[in-house]
Amino acid sequence: MSVIYIVVPLALLVVGAAVAAFVWATNRGQFDDLDTPAVRMLHDDEQRRPPTGP
Amino acid sequence: MQATERAALAPPAGARAEAPSEVTCTHCGLPVPSGLVEPGAPHQFCCTGCQAAYEILHEHGLDQYYRLGAPRGASVSPTGRAYEEFDHEAFQKLYIRPLPGGRAQVDLYLEGVHCASCVWLVERVPLLLPGVARAELEIRRSLARVEWDPATVPLSRVARMLDSLGYPPHPFRGVQREAIRRREDRAMLVRIGVAGAIAGNIMLAAFALYAGWGGRMEHQWQLFFRWLSLLLVTPALFWPGRIFFSGAWSALRTRTLHMDVPVALGLAVGYTQGAINTIRDSGPIYFDGLALLIFLLLVGRYLQQRGQRAAADGAELLYSLTPSSARVIEPGGATRMVPAEALLPDMEFEVRPGETLAADGVITAGRSQLDTALLTGESRPVSAGVGAGVFAGTVNLSSPILVRVERAGESSRVARLLQQVEESGRRRAPVVQTANRMAAWFVAVVLALAAITFVIWELRDPSRAVDNAIALLIVTCPCALALSTPLAVSVAIGRAARAGIFIKGGDALETLARPGRLLLDKTGTVTAGQTALVHWEGPDWVKPLVLALEAESTHPIAAGFRTAWPGVAAPPAGRTVHALGGGISGWVQGRSVVVGAPAFVRARADGESPAVTLPSDLTPVLVAVDGTIVAAAGLGDPVRPDAARSIAALRSRGWDVALLSGDAPMVVASVGRALGLADEACTGGAAPEDKLRVVEAARRDTRRAVVMVGDGVNDAGAIAAASVGVGVHGGAEACLATADVYLTRPGLAPLVELVRGAERTMRVIRRNLAFSLLYNIVGAGLAMAGVLDPLIAALMMPASSLTVVMSSWRARTFEGGGA
Repeated sequence: MSVIYIVVPLALLVVGAAVAAFVWATNRGQFDDLDTPAVRMLHDDEQRRPPTGP
Repeated sequence: MQATERAALAPPAGARAEAPSEVTCTHCGLPVPSGLVEPGAPHQFCCTGCQAAYEILHEHGLDQYYRLGAPRGASVSPTGRAYEEFDHEAFQKLYIRPLPGGRAQVDLYLEGVHCASCVWLVERVPLLLPGVARAELEIRRSLARVEWDPATVPLSRVARMLDSLGYPPHPFRGVQREAIRRREDRAMLVRIGVAGAIAGNIMLAAFALYAGWGGRMEHQWQLFFRWLSLLLVTPALFWPGRIFFSGAWSALRTRTLHMDVPVALGLAVGYTQGAINTIRDSGPIYFDGLALLIFLLLVGRYLQQRGQRAAADGAELLYSLTPSSARVIEPGGATRMVPAEALLPDMEFEVRPGETLAADGVITAGRSQLDTALLTGESRPVSAGVGAGVFAGTVNLSSPILVRVERAGESSRVARLLQQVEESGRRRAPVVQTANRMAAWFVAVVLALAAITFVIWELRDPSRAVDNAIALLIVTCPCALALSTPLAVSVAIGRAARAGIFIKGGDALETLARPGRLLLDKTGTVTAGQTALVHWEGPDWVKPLVLALEAESTHPIAAGFRTAWPGVAAPPAGRTVHALGGGISGWVQGRSVVVGAPAFVRARADGESPAVTLPSDLTPVLVAVDGTIVAAAGLGDPVRPDAARSIAALRSRGWDVALLSGDAPMVVASVGRALGLADEACTGGAAPEDKLRVVEAARRDTRRAVVMVGDGVNDAGAIAAASVGVGVHGGAEACLATADVYLTRPGLAPLVELVRGAERTMRVIRRNLAFSLLYNIVGAGLAMAGVLDPLIAALMMPASSLTVVMSSWRARTFEGGGA
């Protein structure tokens, strides 16, 4: 059972990574507009230019 | 008698619908008028706007648009403006952000955005222009963000492109506040994410602890999981949970009790006791419940915040809609487009037919008909000549005029009106939500019960007194209570949106649930807001001749004839003469035709006009062919077919309905009689400022809700000052922006639905409050009796929240009444 001493901190590390990823995504604006992307994915993107982000 | 006769004379609503053919427009999906159907052609169009849009798309191989399956449902009506001012220096300084690499970025507010296909068009079509790097549309606020290279393509080209597709762009004027707001929103989301992750993981530890309850677990593991829970809950309490403490603290300082106070009390007591018990290694820890509580409460708060955001966004969009440019006459005589911000007193600018005035001033040349409905609500055009004072926001209808600026920008009448809108929006005391009203009582009762518990147990068994009192404080932490209102409201708002009713805040629902005074604007609200042919007496062969003359006129009377007979083809007309304030004369198929006001036509023709007494609120028009009067018509603004029924339904629910209009008092009274309203309930001739005063006076002398329903900028002040402002379908976007509720379906039937939905929502809120109070009473009872098991407490807290969630979710508050 002493494996718990290793597994639980490991799980906490994973959770920490997930939280960090979420915070990163939020601050990058991934959740700013929740309505348009839902619509946008319905369109085929054959005409789209390659991304030229800043 | 006029009212009843008019009702009999008015063509039934179906009469106009019979004319269009079965053919639908390739671009927008609306029926094509049979006069425009081209036999055998693969594509049919209802108007030139749609045709132009189709050609742009087809030419660039974007026919895929038509396979998206959501036809536009509204014809394309480009303004045809040049948008020169978008390239002006002053404009650049105000709205354009330079990006590294020579590119620039601008936020444009687009009119006419409403569906998935719009996203596709707006994000794709500007890219066809070389130099445009990116276009992204945020559909909820109709904001397009465009990135382009100013050296390659001017912004005016991009603007013209959007305009030709039926999305006239306006600069978005709320850029500064936007950044602050975005930061707040993101911080809130991060809090929810962190609290959720922590709550989930504490649950796992708690599950292990509960599974090993009653000594079935070795002591070292129990110790480990208890410390693990403490380790996890600490950041949850001090990072995401901090807002409850700061909220409670500011509530205490201002002596206004708020739901945050009992929440913070429960959190603080629970955490302290849990931590002490962990260190002492005995007694219950409450960490799982606390973490879940923080998470759920944050979700509730986020839902509430989003609702309030929508209201604030409105004011910014409103500001974006005032005209942004003017055609200034330079000393040399040349004209140049400049942004409205660059206009100064004594400058002269030209206003062409169809354009909106950008500043207040005096006409120095020309004579024209003006549509002042935006400011005064008067549905009939007003004619104005040299020396007449004109105001920003009015639309020039018939011929070009020159205007000398007197007041521009912030000091113009429309700008002052908008400032009033903002001010009365700020002054409006927030409706104290039922849950918060209960907070004071709640805190007092809980503290009293805790004290009683302590005293009783101190007498019976002093060793358990503190534990039991604290258990009571924790189990009564009002999680479900705080969730009950935002959940019910946001579910109701979601359902209402699907039924075509957009509600910007929960306050509106609470206010609308109890009947009060309902003030209705006439033009555009009770009536359709457009001049329509209500009465026609004459032979059918005259119709093509009338249409031939009216085909090119921008006058609303002409538009009335055109929409009344969409199936009649107009032959070409020659030598037409437009006489301002009189009518049109000309030659059609070799016959002389005169259409216009009775005096104008009688001066040019003989014969008796058909003997008809037209109701006083109709504009009479006579038609003479070859010098003989052959037909008479009455044009006006007919009452919407469902108005009378809806008003009766509202009155039967206890609402006190009245008309408040800028139109002539006589007209308003006659419409009022047709709707079954007493003459005292009909106020006419009210300028926007008067409307605002009426609403403010009404709010002073009644404690019940004062609801203003309207459609124009002239109602915007009154709408903002009312307890609840409602904007109706087809209204000026400016008024919709200040309204708390916006109805996207035409007519007044959605208004009845709104009131009924609000009543149902309040019932759900009350049911939720009752449920959560019941849980708290049971919990408090158990704690006082000293039998509150930590396991029961841990089950009861989420169970109460879950009950509230289910009860809100299942509630049928707004049922779709068609699209």
